[in-house]
Amino acid sequence: MPAQLDRRRFLIGGAALGCSAAASPFVTPVALAAAPWDTRLVVVILRGAMDGIDVIQPYGDPALAALRPTLLTGEAGGAHDLDGFFALHRHFAPLLPLWQAGEFGAAHAVSTPYRDKRSHFDGQDILEAGLPDLTGGGLRDGWLNRMLQVVPGLEPEVAFAIGREQMLVLTGEASAARWSPDAELRLSANARALLNVVHHDDPLFRDASDDAVAIAEQLSMETAMAAEAADRMADDPMMQAVQRSGEHVEIAQFAADRLRGDTRIASFSINGWDTHARQQNTLQRGARALTDTILTLKAALGPVWGKTAVLCLTEFGRTARENGSAGTDHGTGGAMLFAGGALRGGQVLGQWPGLGEGDLYAGRDLMPTRDVRAYPAWVMHDLLGIAPDVLEQAIFPGLELGANPGIV
Amino acid sequence: MSFDPILAAIRFGTGLSPVILPPASVDEMLDWLAGPDEAAQRFPIPTYADVYPSPRDFRAATLAINSAPDDAAEAAARVLRDDLRAAGREAVIAFIKAEMARAAHGRDGFRERLTRFWADHFTVRPVNGGARHLVSPYIEEAIRPNVTGRFYDMLIAAVESPMLILYFNQHQSMGPNSKAAEHNDRGLNENLAREVLELHTLGVGGRYDQTDVREFAELLTGVTANARSGAYFRAQQAEPGAETVLGRTYGGAEESIEHVRHALRDLARHPDTARHLAHKLAVHFLSARPEADLIDAMARAYLDGDTHLPAMYEVMLRHASAWQPQLEKVKQPVDFVASALRALAVPEGVIRDASMQRVRQLIQRPLSVMGQTWQAPVGPDGWPEADEAWVTPQGMAGRITWAMRVPERLLESLPDPREFVFHALGPNPPEAVVFAAGAAETVSDGIGLVLASAAFQRR
Repeated sequence: MPAQLDRRRFLIGGAALGCSAAASPFVTPVALAAAPWDTRLVVVILRGAMDGIDVIQPYGDPALAALRPTLLTGEAGGAHDLDGFFALHRHFAPLLPLWQAGEFGAAHAVSTPYRDKRSHFDGQDILEAGLPDLTGGGLRDGWLNRMLQVVPGLEPEVAFAIGREQMLVLTGEASAARWSPDAELRLSANARALLNVVHHDDPLFRDASDDAVAIAEQLSMETAMAAEAADRMADDPMMQAVQRSGEHVEIAQFAADRLRGDTRIASFSINGWDTHARQQNTLQRGARALTDTILTLKAALGPVWGKTAVLCLTEFGRTARENGSAGTDHGTGGAMLFAGGALRGGQVLGQWPGLGEGDLYAGRDLMPTRDVRAYPAWVMHDLLGIAPDVLEQAIFPGLELGANPGIV
Repeated sequence: MSFDPILAAIRFGTGLSPVILPPASVDEMLDWLAGPDEAAQRFPIPTYADVYPSPRDFRAATLAINSAPDDAAEAAARVLRDDLRAAGREAVIAFIKAEMARAAHGRDGFRERLTRFWADHFTVRPVNGGARHLVSPYIEEAIRPNVTGRFYDMLIAAVESPMLILYFNQHQSMGPNSKAAEHNDRGLNENLAREVLELHTLGVGGRYDQTDVREFAELLTGVTANARSGAYFRAQQAEPGAETVLGRTYGGAEESIEHVRHALRDLARHPDTARHLAHKLAVHFLSARPEADLIDAMARAYLDGDTHLPAMYEVMLRHASAWQPQLEKVKQPVDFVASALRALAVPEGVIRDASMQRVRQLIQRPLSVMGQTWQAPVGPDGWPEADEAWVTPQGMAGRITWAMRVPERLLESLPDPREFVFHALGPNPPEAVVFAAGAAETVSDGIGLVLASAAFQRR
């Protein structure tokens, strides 16, 4: 098996020549200093408003069961105890080993500063822009991009937005690379040579096309080796839960491949969290996509997983009470999930406000007890060395950092 | 450097066609603009007021669900709302097809390009999934008819459109001393005021300050919209008293939309607005660094014509730099795809009869890969102008793949690449492209190489 691993690494590194092979750990023992930090930060936007109360169930709260009579929680719902108070939804069980290894955790009762309107689009804009609200105009860039702006001299490949979706969180003046795994490019040798001919006198088009061909060839090489990799993964008990198919797995695989090289930041989104009806079933799709994604990242990152922080953020939570169609509606407070060897998992962070009648926000939603932006802010502070005033003013305007939550 | 019909089609229009003649002169370009909107008549898109399903339809459906007396009635009402959503999804596809057909088969490509330019200037995004099909009708109603008229009319039409009002959350904005605020003060929202000053009129370098933004936001209170009534002026929400914007005072007595219109007309007539618009137009059509005397002349013509836009277009079209042969700008993905359909002469029926799935596969998804998700720029400042924003590895992968693969799925038989290179690029294509078109292994590769070439990607 080690021989296979090395061969796979070597082939991936070799295929990437001219693009990022120089940073492959196999080709050069020392990675190039692409950024002044070695940590990998992955920001996953969970679009549609994930129900934090169902994913990380506060089953120790006496009010929970009455709020969710058919959306069964705790033992009745087959959930897995985490710490005696919180339990993990059964669809997220593939992440239990990571919890036990201290590589998966959550921050609960969090939200952006967005309140009351509960629109997905506005909620996502506020989450990705990292702003307190949208009333002042100026929706131009995302908080990850503003973080890049304060670090001079970064190459575009340091940050990658992945997938077809536009990622506001990485949009802005700092240049970031972008790739969608379905941007396939299969050219015959003849067509490729002729493409060089037609672009010969236009350096902008020539260089971009060369890079596109290089990335696409690397990807197709990986596809060709998928069977081999699947064999290897099947031997790893950790990976047996991974359904290795679907766009989200391709995205996670691509992200991991970049992050093993020069890339330090990757961002993409996972859709499908808007569980208004039959949540027991509808949550399964998002759960599978997210657990596959995290496990694929871990497996494909190898030793780099140890210096990786994955933050999974959603625009808002969902109502504490289930609705008439066995689902939940748009709410306020929710949960942020996190994973990676660089973070201190195995814990549910945050101050729990309770689910009693008087505890709920507007009598209906989980009360947010902390600005969710504080968690990525502390991660960037502790792992990337970003100064507190920069975080509170430039990256997350209006944020009060507060006490260090101990996520790192 | 003087007028050239080939350049006119490539730089100012939607590209060359083997079956449609390019304009013969600047006078003809201006005559076409002054004449009837033939493409809109041939390939209609409803206005916001006429669109089906309308926001009112959705509102009625939701009300029916909420007021259903029993489960059966509620289930039936849900089916009706699902039907509306399906109709909305179909409408998006129908409008994409109409826009592509206009670009591919209309005579006046300049009008199509101007419409996209001004729609981008007044970018809106749908505020929920049920509003995705409303962007094209918004453009059809507020933007397109004013592309050939006065800027202040376009500005007023946009600011009074429900799409813009809801996008910038203007409907929530309340004067601090308004009657509505006495009961339920949702606060002043400066969003629309700031964007009108920064993006739509004076520009980010314009002579306004935070006080102007706040006063203008107070003046705009009362401009509101909802699903039932569309856009309207609600005096209870309006801040009482006069507001001073850029040194001029508006209102004072009765609250009225007329005060807002007065201010918008004055903003449109501001010299900073003239320069901002002239520069933006020249950057879009000509070059990242347009000549200073051209901007001066365009701004002057705009002001002399009381914001009449064709006066500004005419100055641009009669300026020598408009006809320099070097192709400096990169086509945005929508323009690339539209001009490829035109160069390939994809028949009207193929576009009209394309199924939803085909439009998604062959147009919508590829546009996203190229970096231009249909009608969904990230922010209100619209799509980027810089070539480097478009010519990225992923963007090129998307363009090359489309060029090589999609034409053969649109046409029963592809043209001979050795002829197509002249259809697409005109009588004097670069030798390298002529060579590549003839040296390709397959016809589809040959067509693809022509379409993927920098010579076709630029304008």
